Amino acid sequence: MRRRRPLVTNAEVQAPHAGLAHQFQDLEQQQEADALGIWVFLVTEIMFFGGLFAAYAIYRGLYFAAFQGGSHILDIRLGATNTIVLLGSSLTMALSVRSAQTGNRRALVLFLIATMILGGIFLGIKAVEYNQKFVEHIVPGLDWNPQSAVKTELSPGGLLHAELYFVFYFAMTGLHALHMIIGMGLLLWLVFRARKDSFSPHYFAPVEVVGLYWHFVDIVWIFLFPLLYLIGGRY
Amino acid sequence: MSQPIVPQRTYLLVFLSLAGLTILTTGVAFVDLGPFNTVAALAIAFSKMLLVILFFMGVRHSSGMVRIILIAGFFWLALLIAFTTADYRSRSWTAAPDSWSTTAPPTHP
Repeated sequence: MRRRRPLVTNAEVQAPHAGLAHQFQDLEQQQEADALGIWVFLVTEIMFFGGLFAAYAIYRGLYFAAFQGGSHILDIRLGATNTIVLLGSSLTMALSVRSAQTGNRRALVLFLIATMILGGIFLGIKAVEYNQKFVEHIVPGLDWNPQSAVKTELSPGGLLHAELYFVFYFAMTGLHALHMIIGMGLLLWLVFRARKDSFSPHYFAPVEVVGLYWHFVDIVWIFLFPLLYLIGGRY
Repeated sequence: MSQPIVPQRTYLLVFLSLAGLTILTTGVAFVDLGPFNTVAALAIAFSKMLLVILFFMGVRHSSGMVRIILIAGFFWLALLIAFTTADYRSRSWTAAPDSWSTTAPPTHP
């Protein structure tokens, strides 16, 4: 039996880009698909956090005074500082993607590390805040003894609702911090890949995808800060 | 690639606006505006979100498909919040029938 000649010989096949997966025609199509994929994921994340935001909105409406009393315990300076730190990390993340676009590997690594440092500062300040809650005995379930911490006059029922406020506080900031920790892991992975020179102006989808995720986590905090720290005002 | 390279200056200006809005929203919390404190805080947060989405996330230059997915996501979130709020807010409008009450169990003959 005669052996059939392959339609295309190996010599005729142009070596595909190392970052191109076989199911895509070219890098541009792959980049579109990557971006679309992460956007669909982010929409599911919007709904994930959205459930908590909706529940928070309902209970804040029902027990406004108690939520206000709980909110006044939080340190507004730490919250505002953390907001600006996280926005700064979004800036360095955007600049990381830009460095990948322009093919500046050195700047890419530096901006990725800067993003990690700012993320670390955010988590550090968050840890200080969590520690304060334990010191003041306002951790719902574990150490709830709010008489000295809550400055507002609240009935026993009101104190129970203030506890609910702190359940939301820990659930929402905790879930956000978990996303930050995952993001830090992804950034570390990007630093290693960037140092191995895996990215080029033609292929930097992982940087872009992690960037979109990081900005999303930033947006969640943009809403958490006013909802948790600023409700009811400080006047 | 499809995405144009945005000048560094633009990103820096966006960051400065975001930081400025953060200081503004913190400052507004110390002024008594009644119910408008909440409105102002949410309006500022919404503006900050738009800045991040349009500039940092590059939706300004992204394809229609990405925009449709994003808008669909926010639409669904709006449905979630609107219907949940409508439910809780309207519960007290009409009295529940006595037979639904859990405090006084209905007596069966």
